[in-house]
Amino acid sequence: MSKVRVLVGTHKGGFVLTSDAKREKWDVSGPHFAGWEIYHLKGSPADPNRLYASQSTGWFGQLIQRSNDGGKTWEPVGNKFVYDGVPGTHQWYDGTPHPWEFKRVWHLEPSLTDPDTVYAGAEDAALFRSTDAGQTWQELSGLRGHGSGPRWQPGAGGMCLHTIILDPSNPDRIFIAISAAGAFRTDDGGVTWQPINRGLRSEQIPEPTAEVGHCVHHIAMHPSRPGVLFMQKHWDVMRSDNAGESWQEVSGSLPSDFGFAIDVHAHEPETIYVVPIKSDSEHYPPDGKLRVYRSRTGGNEWEALTKGLPQSDCYVNVLRDAMAVDSLDSCGVYFGTTGGQVYASADAGDNWAPIVRDLPAVLSVEVQTLA
Amino acid sequence: MIRVILPPHLRTLAQVGGEVELTVEGAVTLRSVLDTLEARYPMLRGTIRDHVTQQRRPFLRFFACEQDLSHDSPDTPLPDAVASGAEPLIVLGAIAGGCSPHIPGGQPLQG
Repeated sequence: MSKVRVLVGTHKGGFVLTSDAKREKWDVSGPHFAGWEIYHLKGSPADPNRLYASQSTGWFGQLIQRSNDGGKTWEPVGNKFVYDGVPGTHQWYDGTPHPWEFKRVWHLEPSLTDPDTVYAGAEDAALFRSTDAGQTWQELSGLRGHGSGPRWQPGAGGMCLHTIILDPSNPDRIFIAISAAGAFRTDDGGVTWQPINRGLRSEQIPEPTAEVGHCVHHIAMHPSRPGVLFMQKHWDVMRSDNAGESWQEVSGSLPSDFGFAIDVHAHEPETIYVVPIKSDSEHYPPDGKLRVYRSRTGGNEWEALTKGLPQSDCYVNVLRDAMAVDSLDSCGVYFGTTGGQVYASADAGDNWAPIVRDLPAVLSVEVQTLA
Repeated sequence: MIRVILPPHLRTLAQVGGEVELTVEGAVTLRSVLDTLEARYPMLRGTIRDHVTQQRRPFLRFFACEQDLSHDSPDTPLPDAVASGAEPLIVLGAIAGGCSPHIPGGQPLQG
């Protein structure tokens, strides 16, 4: 019988939540790495028992942990993230040059085919790759070397490379996104990169339609249609039908088009989910109501999903990597909040229930569907 | 025998209980003690000193014999009492409360 494993990264540790396919009763394991910030955990599609976790604190820096048994036991692996060559400068918050400094890994993306290959998205923004199961890391420096690096700037959470999407139909194509630089794509396995931000408009930068400088919060893709991308930008929900060559706004009827998380239904590539947040200065849901919005039309037309979610006095946030879906026949949707709840829906968002209510602030949620 | 007291998170990481006892070859300095510590517990590499610059991480401090050695040269001999094992070298996390200590005044959670 199928099982579901939910990997939750929080402000003070990692948690592994497991259930059978009914997704009604959950076993909670953790905290793993208690007291550390776990920005992200993710499993290898090629070997579901191989997990990687990003563990950090301001005191002791960055660690990477690896599990070979589905999260029961872990071992620290390589944590030496060194930028290629002279790192150079990006823009600071006030537009002045600021040297590139490694701070942490926001996102780990295991290869679709090789459990020992994994990508790491770093702050200050850079993409690293390991081909030896996390023991050593090499920067794919063509990204920072694109030439626009001096114009990249940090978002409120830092200048982070937070999204890595591997194209299942083309092993040489990778999409990444950086706050606040925008989205980039490589078609040669990470050697060269191009910005893919045409159609984005951001009033927070001097030239609102500039090639780079956009605060992209997250991007999602359905594996069956790798040319179609959905983006939650700082403000605006966007879609691209040509692998990022151009973007159109699909915010439509949303109560706010600010937000962080976005994801796609496992079996319906035009069904997408966002969690609207009031604004960049008020990081909580509009009207104190926690609502997931679902579009079955790839954007523009949205419906509020509220059953089982708090509809008064709710002032949590849902961060960019804190939403995921499973691939069971009835698609499960999951998200975590800064209030420490992880909510699950076993029916594509129609009904919700908390798996756990009182974790530390949730930074990331990933889901594995296990045979 | 050199005694080193690590902060709790690093004790967990290195899977050690109380003090760590090290045999240090040659002069007993911060550098030689930390080199020996990291050789015996490789998982600590990068957590006390930067991998490349070997600079002390900014939110850690080194105390011994009721003195703050954090700003001493890493090649300064440690106090005799540390070298003899009478007193431990203490690696300590700065008191930084619960806020994100990455920029002064903390920062919003992920933004």
